[in-house]
Amino acid sequence: MNSQLILDNAIVRDEWITVESPTITTEVRKQAGKVVMFKLTGEDTLSEEQIMATALPKNGKILLPAKVYLQHKDVLKERLKNKEIGIWIDTHEEIGSFISEINDINQFPLIGVRVGKFADGRIFSIGTQLRIKFQYKNDLRAFGDVLRDQLFFLKRTGFNSYLIREDRDPNDALLALKDFSSPYQGAADEPYPAWKKFDRNQRERD
Amino acid sequence: MYKYDAVDQKLVDERVSQYEGQLTRYLKKELSDEEFRPLRLQNGLYIQRHAPMLRVAIPYGLLSSRQLRKLSDIADKYDRGYGHFSTRQNIQFNWPKLEDTPKILKELASVEMHAIQTSGNCIRNITTDQFSGVTPDEIVDPRYVAEIIRQWSTFHPEFALLPRKFKIAVTGSNKDRAIVQAHDIGLEFFINKQNKMAIKVWVGGGLGRTPILGSVINEELPWEHILTYSEAILRVYNLYGRRDNMYKARIKILVKALGIDHFRELVEQEWKFIKDGPNTIDESELKRVASFFTDPPYKESSKHNLNDYVDNKAFKQWLDRCTHPHKNKAYRSVTLSLKATHQAPGDATSEQMRLVADLADQYSFSEIRVSHEQNLILADVQEDDLFGLWEQAKSKNLATPNIGLLTDIICCPGGDFCSLANAKSIPIAESIQEVFDDMDYLHDIGEIDLNISGCMNACGHHHVGHIGILGVDKDGSEWYQVTLGGNQGNFASIGKVIGPSFSAEEMPTVITKIIETYTTERHADESFIDCAVRIGLDPFKVNVYGVKGDKS
Repeated sequence: MNSQLILDNAIVRDEWITVESPTITTEVRKQAGKVVMFKLTGEDTLSEEQIMATALPKNGKILLPAKVYLQHKDVLKERLKNKEIGIWIDTHEEIGSFISEINDINQFPLIGVRVGKFADGRIFSIGTQLRIKFQYKNDLRAFGDVLRDQLFFLKRTGFNSYLIREDRDPNDALLALKDFSSPYQGAADEPYPAWKKFDRNQRERD
Repeated sequence: MYKYDAVDQKLVDERVSQYEGQLTRYLKKELSDEEFRPLRLQNGLYIQRHAPMLRVAIPYGLLSSRQLRKLSDIADKYDRGYGHFSTRQNIQFNWPKLEDTPKILKELASVEMHAIQTSGNCIRNITTDQFSGVTPDEIVDPRYVAEIIRQWSTFHPEFALLPRKFKIAVTGSNKDRAIVQAHDIGLEFFINKQNKMAIKVWVGGGLGRTPILGSVINEELPWEHILTYSEAILRVYNLYGRRDNMYKARIKILVKALGIDHFRELVEQEWKFIKDGPNTIDESELKRVASFFTDPPYKESSKHNLNDYVDNKAFKQWLDRCTHPHKNKAYRSVTLSLKATHQAPGDATSEQMRLVADLADQYSFSEIRVSHEQNLILADVQEDDLFGLWEQAKSKNLATPNIGLLTDIICCPGGDFCSLANAKSIPIAESIQEVFDDMDYLHDIGEIDLNISGCMNACGHHHVGHIGILGVDKDGSEWYQVTLGGNQGNFASIGKVIGPSFSAEEMPTVITKIIETYTTERHADESFIDCAVRIGLDPFKVNVYGVKGDKS
């Protein structure tokens, strides 16, 4: 199958249309590509103008920037009920900052997190927070600079869906999900640490 | 010491395969340099001036004789017959071939060793007191706690790609030998009023470019929460630490920016959701891990023969400097000095390593420790055996009686090896050691920490040296800045710069003048650091520069 998407342990066709907001050139973005601490700098992802300029596909399952969804949530009610609406955030956005505007996070069948750079490990804390702090139960997708060597960690921090970067083979990436068979610590995918899962008292002493 | 079970061994074996695959993909150009970089770093592999450098983890500085022999074999087979023990209790090989690294890792895995997370933006090797478990001033043995933290932090999925490196140190004594206040997280275990084990937690300390001592984030954390509480600290750091500027990316910058109270509040907010969760340690797990760190079968002293050697001045000097009190009166801990003149501080040849392994088998229950001062320690030597041990150690130049003295220099590899360095550090150490070669004079000067780093990354811990030397770059040439009054331990402090920097040739004279200032000014029995704190920088400046602050 010609798809870059892994869901659980298989390569599947992507049923979702990922909506991105247009880049508006008039906006002065401090040093493009720079990843800055959201809270300290006050840098936000999308301007009002960008949110308003984002076109919503009329049909099908759509994965929307969280801010765009919030702007249009009243008109999207029916589609949300039909499980056609998902939301996504960038790694420098805080779920906590808009969670109060969402009734029930589990009304979304899909949440996406976009990672701009391989080295940006915030995605792992965001996944963990979504699963443990916000009790999100449905599909959680990583996209952007997603490569084989993040996959095992993404899986452990609650992601079950990975859109592999265009130039890489998702079949190859799938292998990474089996990198380690019995990790030490509890995490979002498997809450119990090794010492609670295995009998670790059986050893030979010399 | 800790022994691997099937879970530990499998993880390390799987790591070797994973790394081998990553290297293969890199060599086949399926991974770019940029993509391979974080992967190789998480495995301790640097690209250095001459060759890759491989840093091997020695968890909390503890080695078996079998492991040390393996390290000596690796030094012979894949390197140039030596290794460098680092200030983080690890060992570094300076000359391996990139293609050989999977083979080296396989050999390491066969003796329960690895290079996991010895570099890169992740939780690094946990460090602790080199005298843990044997020192009379200990309250809680930090080794099993360090092991529990080691397991938790190994491939912690959430903290695999932090803004910057993250170092945790643990102490269980009220005399801190692990510089916990200079770590991202510093943990001091103690027994609280209810007679329960508790932890004082520091956060945001560190040396490097911006030296800051940690702030107390929790005065008394019940021990069972150590992992979940650390997880909350790391989550806040991972989400909010700066990622736009690597020099401002350590947790200390975030703690400073937010203030400790705001930072604590954010941590408490996150902790709420995981406190008492599945990663909470319980008594059974603590007991299981602690059972690996029980006392060896100590023997009663039979001969009490130390007094037979009182007339042997060289032995007595060594006894004074290189052996340390032990909780069992019939035993001492022994430091084997890796600070002989004409050997780079912390370096050990494969021959020396093999001898130390043999000595450990013969005298110290087959265990060795690495100190952050870059020496090797035999923790449990019976007093009756000290003379024999000394004679054997001397044969391979491992008995220089200079522990704690001026020539026991902490020193990074510097510009001779490291591509980050601004200046060489090993030749500076050597030139100072050459000037101070009179043992009697060294003993008269007394205890003093001289620490040298080749750049502001501060691997040589220069900020906390009583005398600190920092290599700086001025218009492409190498200069050295001198600080005084730094200190480690419970009274940790950051040294102050005395004035303009010096050339390499000037350094032995500068140190000589600093020492002369001290010997002139000191009161009876006053140590260098106490004297320096009392008299301040000025008398030293006058002596070194001629007039205050000006270079003569």
